[in-house]
Amino acid sequence: MSAKKETFGKTVGVVLAVCLVCSIIVSGAAVGLRDIQQSNAKKDQMSNILQAAGLLSEANGDIQGTYSKFVEQKFVDLSSGEFVDAPSADYDMYKAAKEPSTSVKVVGNVGFQRRADVAPVYLVHDTAGAVTRVILPVHGSGLWDLMYGFLALDADGETVRELIYYQQKETPGLGGEVQNPAWQAKWDGKQLYKDGEVAIEVKKAAGDENPYAVDALSGATLTSNGVNNTVQYWVGDNGFGPFLKKQAWRS
Amino acid sequence: MADSKEMKKVLFGPILDSNPIALQILGICSALAITTKLETALVMSLALTSVTAFSNLFISIIRNQIPSSVRIIIQMTIIASLVIVVDQILKAYSYEISKQLSVFVGLIITNCIVMGRAEAYAMKSPPLMSFLDGIGNGLGYSCVLIIVGIIKELFGFGTILGFEILPLVQNGGWYQANGLLILPFSSFFLIGGLIWVLRTFRPDQVEPKE
Repeated sequence: MSAKKETFGKTVGVVLAVCLVCSIIVSGAAVGLRDIQQSNAKKDQMSNILQAAGLLSEANGDIQGTYSKFVEQKFVDLSSGEFVDAPSADYDMYKAAKEPSTSVKVVGNVGFQRRADVAPVYLVHDTAGAVTRVILPVHGSGLWDLMYGFLALDADGETVRELIYYQQKETPGLGGEVQNPAWQAKWDGKQLYKDGEVAIEVKKAAGDENPYAVDALSGATLTSNGVNNTVQYWVGDNGFGPFLKKQAWRS
Repeated sequence: MADSKEMKKVLFGPILDSNPIALQILGICSALAITTKLETALVMSLALTSVTAFSNLFISIIRNQIPSSVRIIIQMTIIASLVIVVDQILKAYSYEISKQLSVFVGLIITNCIVMGRAEAYAMKSPPLMSFLDGIGNGLGYSCVLIIVGIIKELFGFGTILGFEILPLVQNGGWYQANGLLILPFSSFFLIGGLIWVLRTFRPDQVEPKE
């Protein structure tokens, strides 16, 4: 630590040089690996959908092939519940929700301000071509951040099969248990509607035999409330409610 | 130039003699959180070892140029860049695990081991020795993580690296999984127990009574 390297100019020079080299390395890595990361993200999305479809174990590693064989992506106008053409080739409902022209304001406590007019749904076919499951993208706030997931329903549009969260930042071990297979399994067979009204809820000590309620996660009240609000919003009249009532996939 | 004996000491010393977790009690936070499964523990060990080794190397190369008034900032810049690169590589080549590790790879930046070795060793030592010191300390950290990871996965899930070792009751076996071990804080007991065992065999590591 000699005194001569402590001049002001040298200090600034060294700092600038280090910053320059580091930023080149970081941006080089980010740009160079972007393609692989994006294809990973796409594949990951497909495997999430296959998981919601209950086909992941059957897929046996062939995510792409299984996906294109059994899953069909369609687009739904949420207010009318009818199928529409894809608004654009790489339509993203979460980006569309940011534009006032392609979204509507959200009323309620689901945790986001606007939702897109058009949302993708994923229809799962069996080998004969009949729809076996309908997969809806859902999102809503948890404790720390928005949680994104897929809600898979039977072809009757009322019976839950899976609720798979694929992106969440909840506390590991507490709210993070939304991704625990044991808790995910509790959703299987639950009913969304009772006499035409949204009845599904997440609550404490719901019991396994109650068809309209799922046990809340212990130690994660706010996450459980978030899941509750998310599911109720998206199967309600402002979400996929009209689509699920019309059952457009049957025609 | 350092002789091979000293190199050996720098490389393997931190595993038992001056283990960064057991003796220096550094880097506990990540060790608690990501050891639930052996696989994540392994990847985390690899990530931390490479970051420590290369940050030590680069800092040591420019150690005579670093003005001491801004040395911590420069160290942080180099460490942060390396961590981002490691994070990007994980996202590209091991997407599933990078999702499980989530923030903890990014948090290597604040891991005291990396910073501690850069400041305590790399600022004073030649590049090769610093690099080995980084690997050695990474190995010390890895050792603890892997032991804790094995215990937690084996008794918490009945598996090692996903292969079933102890058949669980749920799957028709006889082993009732220990749910306590899956939770992050059980690492406290395990690491505490490890330190106890280590200090029983190496009494010189016990701090003197005040």
